[in-house]
Amino acid sequence: MTLSKALKIAENEIKNLLNILNDSFQVFIPKLKEKTSYKFYEWDIYNNGDEFNIFIGVPKSSIKSFFFPQPETLFKFSIQKDTTALKEPEEENKRMLFGVRPCDARSIILNKLPYSEDSYYIKKTEQNIIIGLSCNERRNSCFCLWAGGSPMGTEGTDISLTLIDASFIVEAITERGGKIIETLGDKFPVASTSDIEKLNALRASYEKQRQSIPDPVKKIQDKNLLELYDKPLWNDVSLSCINCGICTFLCPTCYCFDIQDETSKGQGKRIRFWDSCMFPLFTQHATGHNPRGAKHQRVRNRFMHKLKYFPDRYNVFSCVGCGRCIKECPVNIDIREVLRDML
Amino acid sequence: MKNLYLSHSATIKDIIIETEDGNIKTFILELDDPEIRDNWKHIPGQFAMMSIAGMGEIPIGIASSPTEKDILSFTVSKIGVVTTELHNMKTGDKIGIRGPIGNGYPLKNQLKGKNILIIGGGYGFTTLRATIIYLIENRKDYNEINVIYGARNPGLLLYKKELEEWSKRNDINCHITVDREVPGWTGLVGFVPQILEKVSPESENSFALICGPPAMIKFSMPVLEKLTWHDNQILFSMENRMKCAAGVCGHCNIGPFYVCKDGPVITREKLKQLPTEY
Repeated sequence: MTLSKALKIAENEIKNLLNILNDSFQVFIPKLKEKTSYKFYEWDIYNNGDEFNIFIGVPKSSIKSFFFPQPETLFKFSIQKDTTALKEPEEENKRMLFGVRPCDARSIILNKLPYSEDSYYIKKTEQNIIIGLSCNERRNSCFCLWAGGSPMGTEGTDISLTLIDASFIVEAITERGGKIIETLGDKFPVASTSDIEKLNALRASYEKQRQSIPDPVKKIQDKNLLELYDKPLWNDVSLSCINCGICTFLCPTCYCFDIQDETSKGQGKRIRFWDSCMFPLFTQHATGHNPRGAKHQRVRNRFMHKLKYFPDRYNVFSCVGCGRCIKECPVNIDIREVLRDML
Repeated sequence: MKNLYLSHSATIKDIIIETEDGNIKTFILELDDPEIRDNWKHIPGQFAMMSIAGMGEIPIGIASSPTEKDILSFTVSKIGVVTTELHNMKTGDKIGIRGPIGNGYPLKNQLKGKNILIIGGGYGFTTLRATIIYLIENRKDYNEINVIYGARNPGLLLYKKELEEWSKRNDINCHITVDREVPGWTGLVGFVPQILEKVSPESENSFALICGPPAMIKFSMPVLEKLTWHDNQILFSMENRMKCAAGVCGHCNIGPFYVCKDGPVITREKLKQLPTEY
């Protein structure tokens, strides 16, 4: 749903745009961080004048912490009375995430499927404005086309930026994105018809590429669940796994959580925070019985959930192909290989 | 938009010690908000999330029948953090209740007009108690009713008073058994599957509702198979660790099946198509 009016902003003027946006929103961008000799990009608050770097691939962390804060207060209670003497957390200011890659933006839409009735998540989707940034180059761990996305995808974004010939084409994707663009109309030139044609041609070429891949979701859906579950591949995949859970924490579409009570001096809160199906306690009953007590069962559950259970229910993988789990896995487990073996 | 995670305050009205060892108690509650109390509607087989502020939240099957007016009861075994705290609570104490949750037994649909076979073991009898009370209240809607319930010894049987009452009725056949002979016990002796074999309930036009320890279920299945029961006539009630109870948090899944949202009641036919992660 591309609105007719798009802007064209020169690459070196991007800071002007950020400074203007920073007046009305709390803007976050990926910032370069350095720890000893290790450099990486991480989401951080934009201050006027900060460098906005364009780099290949995605920041180290996904944007899910903006949607599921770690931890998130569900409600507060007073311990002298009862759990329902509660106060829901206050609303936060409107935030803007600037420079979100299409894979990360798409994760918002995928997570919304199971979270469709979760008021906390839905509120966050209303609070966070997403400014997407198309990928001109891909990292070797990227596989968004296989996961159903595109390097120029706009799903989940409000505004999409694409760098073509040293200028950003700024398109409105949603209505609220369009309203923001309207306010910028007198400050930046409008993109020409030929710019838009170029953009559309590029996007169409990716679409064609994706369609050349036989739909893996369809192929998986046609497979028998228990046959996939009983494949010997799970023993092979899990052999090297150390159940560290980094894949689940970095994954933009791993959305499982735990709920706990925290109390201090008679006041308490019920909080939820990220949990991981890689951990044995995740499924352990109070009796000690554990339905997924063995490592290979947990590894299998993670991949089966993303690549079989989820698509069976929602017709799409619970994976956007960002490649974080591939890049950061300490024992080099590669979800692309697992998918290939499942197919 | 409704908040899925808020619980309602409830007051403990009465506590009944069910078993000789004192490890299982029934808590009779009243929801504090009259509006919520009036709007509370559940089906036997459903559960609720019970919470104690500062301790946490757990899923517990509802032991009362919706036909018992203004009563909401839960039979709880002392086993983990929350249940231990609950067992230390007194009449008048407050807890949180969120529910009712999940799919109960299809008493208003498929089960109507059918012969009902209830098989329970140990403390897996709580939602079956709710079911039996409901069946008795709506007796004309169902055909023959058989109840087979067993425990290791008489001291571990739940709802003893009601078991006695039901045994006296002539509109339901109650078969209460204990594993081994005990002085003073005049009832049936033997494991549930053995009693099931003796009772030999007919499969035609029937449904079985089963809840109990895995061994009881395992050895009851060949008996039902021999009696030509089909897998879609056999209903189980599942349990797994749970957090959100809304099909989101990912804890209770048996493959693609969320016990909280898609269950807890499931046919044997459906269960056979799922991984054995329970």
